[in-house]
Amino acid sequence: MPSLIDIRRRIRSVKNTQQITKAMKMVSAAKLRRAQERVIAARPYSAMLKQIMADLAAGAATDENAAASPLLAVREEKRIQLVLLTSDKGLAGAFNSNLIKAAVKFLAEKQGAEVQMVLVGRKGRDAFRKRGAQITAEHINLLQKVQFSDAAAIGQAIVERYKNGEIDSVYLLNNNFKSVMAQTLSVSRLLPVELPEQKEPRDYIFEQPPLEMLERLLPRYLEVEIYRGLLETSAAEHAARMTAMDSASSNARDVIDTLTLNMNRVRQAAITREIIEVVSGAAASD
Amino acid sequence: MAELTLEIATPERLLLSEKVSEVEVPGKDGYLGVLPGHAPLISELASGVLRYVAAGKTVHLSVLGGFVEVLDDHVRVLADAATRKEEIDIGKAREDLRKAQELLNNPSDIDPAQALEDAQKAQALIDTVGR
Repeated sequence: MPSLIDIRRRIRSVKNTQQITKAMKMVSAAKLRRAQERVIAARPYSAMLKQIMADLAAGAATDENAAASPLLAVREEKRIQLVLLTSDKGLAGAFNSNLIKAAVKFLAEKQGAEVQMVLVGRKGRDAFRKRGAQITAEHINLLQKVQFSDAAAIGQAIVERYKNGEIDSVYLLNNNFKSVMAQTLSVSRLLPVELPEQKEPRDYIFEQPPLEMLERLLPRYLEVEIYRGLLETSAAEHAARMTAMDSASSNARDVIDTLTLNMNRVRQAAITREIIEVVSGAAASD
Repeated sequence: MAELTLEIATPERLLLSEKVSEVEVPGKDGYLGVLPGHAPLISELASGVLRYVAAGKTVHLSVLGGFVEVLDDHVRVLADAATRKEEIDIGKAREDLRKAQELLNNPSDIDPAQALEDAQKAQALIDTVGR
């Protein structure tokens, strides 16, 4: 039977831990709100970009060089670039391990091809360094403060490699933020670009040849998709951490309850023992 | 009176969404004026000053590269970067311009196209403040 003092000490330590997990939950909640706002703020640009892309594609369809455009041409997938977005910090439940598992599954599915990875986030980097995967680039500490310029830099490097024929397709694996409880993994192909559904062609005035503009717009599309992926992953990370810290806090409460019950039992046993000693002592001296 | 809906978005945020009566954007091949009833148009943008008139008032913004689409009295500006006149840091813009010009004057180890672009961007910011 542990002594009273030991149990009290344990309760105090669990209480301290609970305070930390509660504080982390609050911080994540605040960060989540900000991250969510940024996801929403980035939406209009992305929507407008897609629309212009569709209109330009309709205009460029008449151009006989359109099929030869490097960012649209579908090549046989021999070398695949996978962009994996994970977080830098742990304590977010299964958030990172889910992403890593999905990436491993992706590698298994594309066994015939050579997969090169661009890793964002310390967790993903560590996991795939250990596995000895082919890594083309690593970016850490991006998610704390997601900036478009970072996404643009990643995107430009990838477009460069794609144009040089070093890679045949590019996939993005990230976590999409649905709600606090639900985050979904998404694998999407970034290159070659799948053009949006063409609407009935309108009679546009193109100030520059449409194909030229489309070719300059497509890299931007890639950058925006990566930026969106970063924002979504960052929001999802905070949501996952919030949920994890919430359940950690309630687990701590359960442990405290059990320990308190235990402590009272030990205390009562000690009191009972003392009473018996006093009573039997009194009886003996009679 | 017929009106245009002007939307200016950068990758980070929607800067502006407003009813306006007239817009002038810095197209790549020269400034483009847009009035209500304009034909559908798509153009690339250069770095320059965007001007619009809303409720009789003229407002200037700087726009640094991007695209513009005019369709059914909607003007959608997809700017790589856009700044309101009052948010421009004129000191920094002048400094950037000076640096870019310096690089242009001794084009040894730099990419002249990049330096030229930087100079144009800084100039666009300075021009906006000057309006």
